[in-house]
Formats: sequence, structure tokens, C-alpha cells
Amino acid sequence: MSRFLLPLGIFALLAVVLAIGIRHSPEKGVIASPLLGKPAPAFAVPNLSNPTGEVRSADLRGRWYLFNVWGTWCAGCREEHETLLQVHRAGVVPIIGLDWKDDDAQALDWLKQLGDPYQSVGTDHSGREAIEWGVYGAPETFLVNPQGIVVYKHIGALTPEAWTREILPRVSGRPAGTS
Amino acid sequence: MIVAAVAFVAARAFAVDPTELPDPALQARYLALTHELRCMQCQNESLADSPVGLAADLRREVRDQLLAGRSDDQIRAWMSARYGDFILFRPRYSLRNAWLWGAPGVLLLIGALVCWRVVRGRARLLPGDHEPLEEDGPN
Repeated sequence: MSRFLLPLGIFALLAVVLAIGIRHSPEKGVIASPLLGKPAPAFAVPNLSNPTGEVRSADLRGRWYLFNVWGTWCAGCREEHETLLQVHRAGVVPIIGLDWKDDDAQALDWLKQLGDPYQSVGTDHSGREAIEWGVYGAPETFLVNPQGIVVYKHIGALTPEAWTREILPRVSGRPAGTS
Repeated sequence: MIVAAVAFVAARAFAVDPTELPDPALQARYLALTHELRCMQCQNESLADSPVGLAADLRREVRDQLLAGRSDDQIRAWMSARYGDFILFRPRYSLRNAWLWGAPGVLLLIGALVCWRVVRGRARLLPGDHEPLEEDGPN
């Protein structure tokens, strides 16, 4: 009987280690953002609706805001547009848009046709701004607190569930993960 | 012959990324880094091999930083700060990763220990070993 104890023990240890590894492995395709808990990147980008103006992070200090990276070429952005409009109508937290690798005229047209959920939209033609936020696919949405810290990131089309379970509680000061 | 080989390799790289830095030393570092960094959109391709826009943007970033005189480590750190360690094909050695790097060695040692014990046990069963296994035998 004691002959089996060592191999059995090693097997049990291995099973535990592998189980922990599987539980902690990231969802396929979704990578945790290193920005969480860190200051949001500072930005000063051209304003889509006002070519001489800028959209600046400095102007957003001291308040919650959502930073939504989108483009007219992105299917998921079309999907989430209705949710963004709902968030806008709720009037709780403003959405700042970053129009990523897009055509200004097409973007303006899109907002005119589908509705504009944004307080303001900045443009990123080179992709440089999006890289600062660690964006690797659109849409991506970040929640930034009044101290300028990124507290939540949503990868993919924003859903009403994400709004009610993750964003609204944080903005209202309730524990997140509850609806 | 060597020139032909180099030209062949360079020609293959040219297909996706035509970037050519003025200084050959910088170009070598550029190629090394863009092969070492992951294309986050495709995830199993390197920046060097990926045709997507994000890869081109990140390659341009590597190029600009090399021209600005940054070191390889600084560039890797810059990328990881924004995209996480996942952007590095070879994870950097750190306390958190220590178990990842050490586990194969530890498992190998355990395996070797088990092997040794089994072989030692088997050795006692070899025929031609005239010494009795137990003290008390038929004799």
C-alpha cells in the first residue's frame, strides 16, 4: 500500500497545480489590461466636430468618464451603438469617443445618421493614442474615475449588462458585480 | 552564396514589412524586437509577420523608439506597460513567473527520482544475483 503513496501524492499535487492554473488562465482572446488601477493616459487629440479644437484629458479631471474607442469600419461598434445611446440618455456619466484609424467625414456621417452618444469625439488617425491605452481591437471602453484612474475596461461591444453590473455601481459608489 | 541566402531571407521579410533602418545595427535590433513582440490582434503572430494595421502601428513605434536611442529593454517595458506581459513571446523572468520557469526543472527532478527508485527496485530482481532477497529462505 505504501508503494502507491508517493506516486499518488505526486499525482494529487500535480492535479491541484494544474487545476489552479486552469482556473486562473485568461479567457481565450481576452487579456487583462495592465492599465487597471493605473492613471489613464493623458491625451490632447483633434476634435472630430471642430477641427481647430481639441479633446483633452486635462479638461476631464475631477469627474467620471467613459472612454470609448470606435470606428465606422468596426462591426462591434455598430452593435454597441444603441447601448451607448442609452448610457448617454441616462445622463450619469459622459462618454468621450476616440475615433480610431477612421475617416472624419464618414465618422461625422455615422453620428448624424445613428445618433451621437458622445460628449465629444477625438480623432486618432495614426493609431498612436490608442496604443497608449493598450487597445488591440475595437470597440474597447474604459471607465476612468475622478482621480484619473482606470477602474474598469470592457473589451468588445458594450452591453446593457456591463452597464448595470460593472459601470453604474462603480460610478454610484456601490460594490460592482451587483445589479 | 551567403549574399544569396541573406537576400532570400530579406526578401521574405520584405513581403510584410519593408522597413529598412539606416544603421545596420539598429536594423538587426529592429528585426529581433519585431519578431519577439506579439501581434495583439492575431496573438500567435509576431509584429514582424502580421499584416494587420495594429502590427504596422506597433512596428512604427519600435522603429521610432530605436531611432530615438532607446534600449531593447526600454522598448519591451514600454510595450508591456500598455499591453501586459502577453505582448512578449518570451515572458520576462520575475517572481510571478518563477514557477513557470522552474516547474519543468522541478518536474524533471521528480521524474528522475522516480526513475531511480524504480530502477533500483528492478535491479534487485536481476537473475544471476545469487544473494537471497530475504534473510530466511529455504536454505
